[in-house]
Amino acid sequence: MEPILEAINLSKRFGGLVAVSDVSLKVETGEIKAIIGPNGAGKTTIFNAITGVDPPTAGEIRFKGQKLNGLKPYEIASQGISRTFQNVELFDNMSVLENVMVGRHPRTFSGLLSAVFHLPKAIAEEKAIRDDAMERLAFVGLSSSAQELASKLPFGQQRVLELARAWATDPELLLLDEPAAGLNSHEATVLADLILKIREKGTTILLVEHDMELVMDISDEIIVLNYGKKIAEGKPEEIQDNQEVIKAYLGEDFKGR
Amino acid sequence: MLVLVALPMVMRNPYYLGIMVFMGIYSLITIGLSLLMGYAGQISLGHAAFFATGAYTSGILTTKAHLSPLPAFLAAIVLTACIAFLIGIPTLRLKGHYLAMATLGFGQIVYVALNASVDFTGGPSGFGEIPRIALGNLVVESQLARYCLVWALVVIVLLFSLNLIHSRVGRALRSIHSSELAANAMGVNTSKYKIQVFVLSAIYASIAGSLYAHFVTFISPGSFDLEFSILLVTMVVVGGMANVWGALLGTVLLTLLPEFLRGFKDYDILIYGSTLLLIMIFMPEGLFGLVKKLRSVRGRM
Ligand SMILES: Nc1ncnc2c1ncn2[C@@H]1O[C@H](COP(=O)(O)OP(=O)(O)OP(=O)(O)O)[C@@H](O)[C@H]1O
Ligand SMILES: [Mg+2]
Repeated sequence: MEPILEAINLSKRFGGLVAVSDVSLKVETGEIKAIIGPNGAGKTTIFNAITGVDPPTAGEIRFKGQKLNGLKPYEIASQGISRTFQNVELFDNMSVLENVMVGRHPRTFSGLLSAVFHLPKAIAEEKAIRDDAMERLAFVGLSSSAQELASKLPFGQQRVLELARAWATDPELLLLDEPAAGLNSHEATVLADLILKIREKGTTILLVEHDMELVMDISDEIIVLNYGKKIAEGKPEEIQDNQEVIKAYLGEDFKGR
Repeated sequence: MLVLVALPMVMRNPYYLGIMVFMGIYSLITIGLSLLMGYAGQISLGHAAFFATGAYTSGILTTKAHLSPLPAFLAAIVLTACIAFLIGIPTLRLKGHYLAMATLGFGQIVYVALNASVDFTGGPSGFGEIPRIALGNLVVESQLARYCLVWALVVIVLLFSLNLIHSRVGRALRSIHSSELAANAMGVNTSKYKIQVFVLSAIYASIAGSLYAHFVTFISPGSFDLEFSILLVTMVVVGGMANVWGALLGTVLLTLLPEFLRGFKDYDILIYGSTLLLIMIFMPEGLFGLVKKLRSVRGRM
């Protein structure tokens, strides 16, 4: 079967710095794939290239066989790729519920005129958006905070909210950039569970994460980056035993766990 | 709402009613501006020019082409919307305050053009004998009739704007303001919505301009200069841009303030200026910010 996402010889330069160098990767439909590697390895840079936030200097990105290069971020999002951010990017001045409601944007249609004239079509859609967002909040366990300001949530819940908002776009591919960063181990377990449940519902997941326990637990496949280059790729067991990966990132301690 | 209906009953003085009429005309423009500034995060320094487009299109079409006011009014809206669209397309696609610069330039061009094309606009001395608006046999001539018409329109425009804010598009606009990065990741076409709101705000200004032309029946470029554009922006900022009600508050204050200060003779500008300064220093969120704070204090007590 055709991979849902394919990056071919991807490179990204920032002036003299080569942040990503000739990386190719494939994500198969339905899998959870992780990208790991030391700080500055180029993981976020790859996410930014895929989502059009910061286009690659060279290489091609294909989503379901279609080229994504040159598309604007909102166009890529509308095609079914959603993401979260390493430094949580919520709509701080909006309620928890409204944040998730914005997530419904690419799957709904009401425009300015139908809004201004309060047409029945727009009213019905607005209700559907609200109901759907409430269901998602219930699913991730944030119903009771629906009316609170997003910025007022504890940090761990902000991560969950960002996940719920991204998932509300009904993405075919969901990119998660360090979703467990800053979470305690209990929160991380709950989050891992949530990611698995979202995958169950048919979303493919590409994950960047430093929490190795979480990565090894939920990933089907792992790619390892170091200084912008891909140094390994394989199942979690294979990666744990890979000498180069241990040297570059995991450290001796991790072996044989 | 009740205040609006009750006011003309207690206040029969046509002079005060006249001030209220102008307040209504300004409100039409500032409500749109507050959508642009508070929700799309953009500033226009050329709304006097959209006001002028409405006034001159209505004025010229009804006097020189002998159209009746309603079709002239609609033509003005279409023309203004097209102009705003053409200005918005190149500037609102870019990040930053290019719209402010472009509208500043547009305002100056319109001002110069109105002065220069003497045959068409009467040049610096303007032109008059613009017919009044008539609804059937009812001619809108008294201050009371004007008051009713303009404030009815303010209420309608306000309702439209509140509908917009509480909609999918309004939410998208607020999300842009909060994090453009995340808004994009949610599939929000940010430049499209910025352009739409800009065009809508220009249309509101055009509506105000058409009313103005038919009310005063005489127009000249002096009413549409940069100073007026800046006054409109100031009204929105003083009232509080985070909210359309703020725009209304700011408009009320800055329309009434000069009237109150008439008694102070030469000091009026000084007091006017310091009032603005104090508001901006002590209420960075504008008058509406203060109202919100008072409300939450009362809620706690
Ligand atoms: N906008 C930018 N301009 C210049 N250099 C950048 C930019 N973004 C990233 N870099 C550099 O590119 C390299 C890769 O950064 P990237 O953020 O992709 O790392 P990462 O793998 O996500 O690291 P971390 O685990 O710390 O998040 C780093 O050296 C970083 O300093
Ligand atoms: Mg990163």
